[in-house]
This record gives sequence, structure tokens and C-alpha cells, in this order.
Amino acid sequence: MKIVVCIKQVPDTTQVKIDPQTNTLVREGVQSIVNPFDVYAIEEAVRLKERFGGTVTVITMGPPQAENVLREAVTVGADDAVLVSDRAFAGSDTLATGYTLAMAIKKLGNVDMIICGKQASDGDTAQVGPGIATQLDLPQVTYVNKIEDIKDGHAVMHRMTEEGYEVVQTSMPCLITVVKEINEPRLPSLKGKMKAKSVQIKSMKAIDLDVEDNRLGLTGSPTWVSKIFTPPPRPKGEIFEGEASETTTKLVGVLKDHLKG
Amino acid sequence: MGIQILNDKCTGCTICVKVCPFGAITMSNKKAVIDLDKCTLCGACVDSCKFHAIELKRESSRTPNLEQYKGVWVFGEQKKGKIQSVVFELLGKGRELADKRGVELSCVVLGHNIQGCAQELIHRGADNVYIVDAPELEHFVDEAYTKVLVNVIRKYRPEIFLCGATVLGRSLVSRVAVKLHTGLTADCTGLDIDPKEGYLMQTRPAFGGNIMATILSKNHRPQMSTVRHKVFKEAIEDKSRKGKVITETVDRTLLTSRTKILDIVEEVSATVNIAEADIIVSGGRGMRGPENFAILEELAKVLGGAVGSSRAAVDSGWMPYSHQVGQTGKTVCPKVYIACGISGQIQHLVGMQSSDTIIAINKDPDAPIFTVADFGIVGDLFEVVPLLTKKFKEALGR
Repeated sequence: MKIVVCIKQVPDTTQVKIDPQTNTLVREGVQSIVNPFDVYAIEEAVRLKERFGGTVTVITMGPPQAENVLREAVTVGADDAVLVSDRAFAGSDTLATGYTLAMAIKKLGNVDMIICGKQASDGDTAQVGPGIATQLDLPQVTYVNKIEDIKDGHAVMHRMTEEGYEVVQTSMPCLITVVKEINEPRLPSLKGKMKAKSVQIKSMKAIDLDVEDNRLGLTGSPTWVSKIFTPPPRPKGEIFEGEASETTTKLVGVLKDHLKG
Repeated sequence: MGIQILNDKCTGCTICVKVCPFGAITMSNKKAVIDLDKCTLCGACVDSCKFHAIELKRESSRTPNLEQYKGVWVFGEQKKGKIQSVVFELLGKGRELADKRGVELSCVVLGHNIQGCAQELIHRGADNVYIVDAPELEHFVDEAYTKVLVNVIRKYRPEIFLCGATVLGRSLVSRVAVKLHTGLTADCTGLDIDPKEGYLMQTRPAFGGNIMATILSKNHRPQMSTVRHKVFKEAIEDKSRKGKVITETVDRTLLTSRTKILDIVEEVSATVNIAEADIIVSGGRGMRGPENFAILEELAKVLGGAVGSSRAAVDSGWMPYSHQVGQTGKTVCPKVYIACGISGQIQHLVGMQSSDTIIAINKDPDAPIFTVADFGIVGDLFEVVPLLTKKFKEALGR
């Protein structure tokens, strides 16, 4: 079985700080990591490889430095890595990103399953996975928390909903997006770390893909950021400082009536 | 296409260096220089430059016959024939947008035996309700729903299409937008009409930080947005409202799918659904460990509320994901929200800032959570929270 995992390099948001003067992000020294949701996608692909045989290819679209997250995926069991990187892709929104990744995956040929994390932690849109499926005309199952079985060209899995879960059968090839509940990711192995150092990362540029240029990057993106601003502060609240015995009495005093009604 | 600094206009004022969310601009010989490997062409610098010294060229394709797209549509998500409450919230906002544009508000519902819900949608503000009824549409299946919805949208050409950012909605409209080759903006926290051009102004948190972005789809229709439950207020019901109900019949080929639902399992959770709770006591990184959430549970019990959590606490494995409040968790709008040991990153704030009253308890007086708090206590939560529990118990006679 040939499995492709789409991953994204994102800023480690647990490290992000706000500059109190300008009220904007301090990005200096913020590390890039594999999107936390994609870690579960990589793990599930490696588990499927162990259960059913096959190969796991990780693919990412981003700047040249995104190579690092690909190598990280190899340390936990991915076999091959593809970096889709070109200035022509800059400014891509979810539509252009889905299109570009779909065309890159098409180039890999005969893929049985594409696995994505449910969303990226920086944009939180959850649109690129279904976007890739649609561009490649594949069925999709989103929010998967368990893969029961794969046989006879079909896969059966559980999809999380607000109320519980659905048992869904899909024909293969297909695309799935996975949630954190699906597995517990392993730590890198020594063998994996060795392989990550030597693995040849395949590079794909716009010219290597059968793409229409006007569907790439900023030109291929219907959504434009027209304005960026920091949200207006709420009117200043009443903050109590001092001994806990006093501050708690004050708070209970002002809140008591709110809570009775 | 591309971005460049016009050196003859650049005065070296460095405003663009400060506004760039990606740290992609530096100064060299008193002129701005853009590092193209870091730049994402987001346009924040272009907006900020008072001297028009930054040029961003866009050449985008256009939806043909764009001006023929009219009206505001809302996707009427239903489960077992029951319209989901996010739909009523979208109808409230949709009515406002439609009135500003001077167009009709419509709602489209897909399902089986769902004729009964049409009047309810009209009472909540819809002028037209489009119904597609087929046994194959009884439960949500990605492909059939996509094909049917694309077909109906192509036929009626709405200029704006709103959908709840639910499990179903996100999966569905992501496909629909690609098929229609149009823009889709996820998790909008503000929607309005540009008074001059009439575009839909879609505002959402951006770049995972303390920044909001307003996003436009100038050249594509429909302009599509998803909005999470509880972000907007529900439309008020008016039983005297009249509207049209249109039953659409679609070709059988649109109803086929390569996925099939074998079973639907509903798990009755023992915990209160925090999205519906009136009072929420939430804990963050400052809780230091899972065992300490017990003190929040005691306070929540006295107040008759539920326990929530920040992303940091969920990521550390202290609380299950179902309790997470924020951009990647649930959006909540309780009467009282008590944040304990939560610093208040924007991704948390967007999930709770429409709460009626916000209380912050934190030992750091500079924590951003205090900027949104109506009341706050600067102090050690391990001392403050048990005292609050005790005093509320006495004050409320519980």
C-alpha cells in the first residue's frame, strides 16, 4: 500500500509571546515544528505500513527550511520525503495550496491513501485536506479516530462527530484527516535518526508539476488579506490585588448578584 | 505577481518592519528590504506604508458573470430533522448582511423527510427556503451533499454563502468551495459588508497570534465563510413572518457516494457539554498538573457550572480535548467565565471573549487575560480558588 502523508511546518505557538508595546507577535527565536496534528497522521501511516505492508511518503509545501520537518518525519518511520517549494507558491490560500499539493501527489502516482492532520495549528482552517481530495476527485473521511480494517479495495473507519462517532466505509484510494485520539505517536528510533540524516529529499518546483500557472500562489488564491489589526481592547475591568482573603471577599461581593439570577 | 520596495519612495521610516507578522523585512542603507523566503505576500506592509513604497501585484482569475450573483444564503444543517442552532445564529447575521446589500436571505436544507423545518427557518428570518429531499441525503455523506449543494449554488448563484463550522460544515464546504473555484474563510468572528464596494468583509484571528485579519474574496462568488457555534446571537423567532418554500429535485447521479455510513454511535458523555454551560471555570498551564483540576471542579460545583480548559492544559494531557475552549476547541458564551492560570493567548480569547462576564485569576498582573477581564484577582490560584469556593458556598447558601 502506498501512503502519502501531508505535513506542514508551523511556528511553535506555545513559545509565541506578545510584544506589550506593539501588541504584535514576537517571532524572534520562535522555533518551527511539525504541525501537532500531523504527528498523528505520520504515526497512523507508519502503523498502517506495519499492518498491511507498503511505503510511507511525507510531503510538505513551504519554504526551503521546511525540509527539517520532513527529516523529522523520517525519524519516526517515513520512507521517502518530498519538498514542494517554489517562489511561485508564495501567498497561496487554501484553494491554491490544495491544488498545488494535489498536483504534486498526482506526480507521485498510484497512491492508495492520503493522510492529513485534521487542521494546521497556525491557520486552523481544516480546508486543505478536503481540498486535495476534491482536486484529485477522491472520497474523503474527515476527523478519523480509528481505522478498523482495510481489505478488498475498501477501508472501514470511525469518524468523530459532535455526538459520538460514525462507522464509515470508503472505497480506495481515499483521503482521510485524523484527530489526536487516533493513536499515541512513537519517539524517534536510532535507525530512523540515522536514516533522516542520509535520506534524499525529493524536490518539486512549479516547473516539475503539470500545473496551470494562474492557479498557483497569490494569483490562484481567491481570498486576500485586506487588513490586519490588533483587536480593540475591552473597557478596563476591575482588578483586585493584595491578600487573597480580601480579594476573594471583594470578588464574591460583586459577583453574588450575577450568580443568583 | 510579486512584491517589491520602490526605493525612490521608501523613506526608511521602519513602520513596515514592525508590522510584518513574519519578520521578513529588514533595513539596509535606510531602505526596507524584503526577505522573499520569509514573506508570505500577506500584504500587511502594503497596508501600513504611508508613502506607497511597497508594491504588491495581484492578477487573479475571476468568476465569470460575477455581477449576476445575488442574495445571501445559509446552509441549514440538520440532524434527524432537527435544525442545528448554529443555523439560527447564521440567519441572524445573514439577515443583517442581506438588508445591508438590499437582497433576499435564503436557507438551503438537505435531508430526508425534512419539509417540516421550512417554516421554522422562515420565522427566523429566511425569505426563501430551498429543500432537497432524498433518502440518500438522510445522513451527511461528503460526496452526495457536495454534488447536490454545488448544483443548487450554480443554479441560483448567491453572492454570499454561510455555513456553520461544525464537523459536517467544515468537511462539506471545503469540498464545495474547491468545486466552485471560490474563496472560503474559516471560523469568521466578524462579518460585515464593505460600505463602498459591497464585498463581504470576513474577519478572523490570523497567524495563530494576537492579530485579526479581514479577508476579502473580491473576484470570486459566492463569497463563502464558516462561523462557529455561539459566535453570533440567534435570530429572534417571529411567527408572523412569511416566506417561500422551494422544493428542488436533483438528478439521481448527484446522490451517489463512494463512502457509506455503516453505523452511527451516540456516546452520552458524563460531563456537561461546556458549549451549553451558563458558568464555566477554566484552567490553563498555571494549574501545573491534572490532579489540581479538582479545585476547579469544586468551585464549578458550587456555582452550578462546568470545567473548561485552555489548549496548553489539553496539549499537556491534563484535560480531555472535549473541555478545550478556544480557536481549536469550543467557542463558549456563558454568563460567567472564570479563567484560572490562563495567560490569555488570542487563540483562547476568541473562544470565550463574548462571555457576559469574564473573571481572571492569575499571579502575573501583566497576563493578557486581564485585558479582557471584567473582574480579576492577582494572586496564587491555589490559594484564591479554594477561598472563593468557600465564600461562594456561604454567600449563595449552597
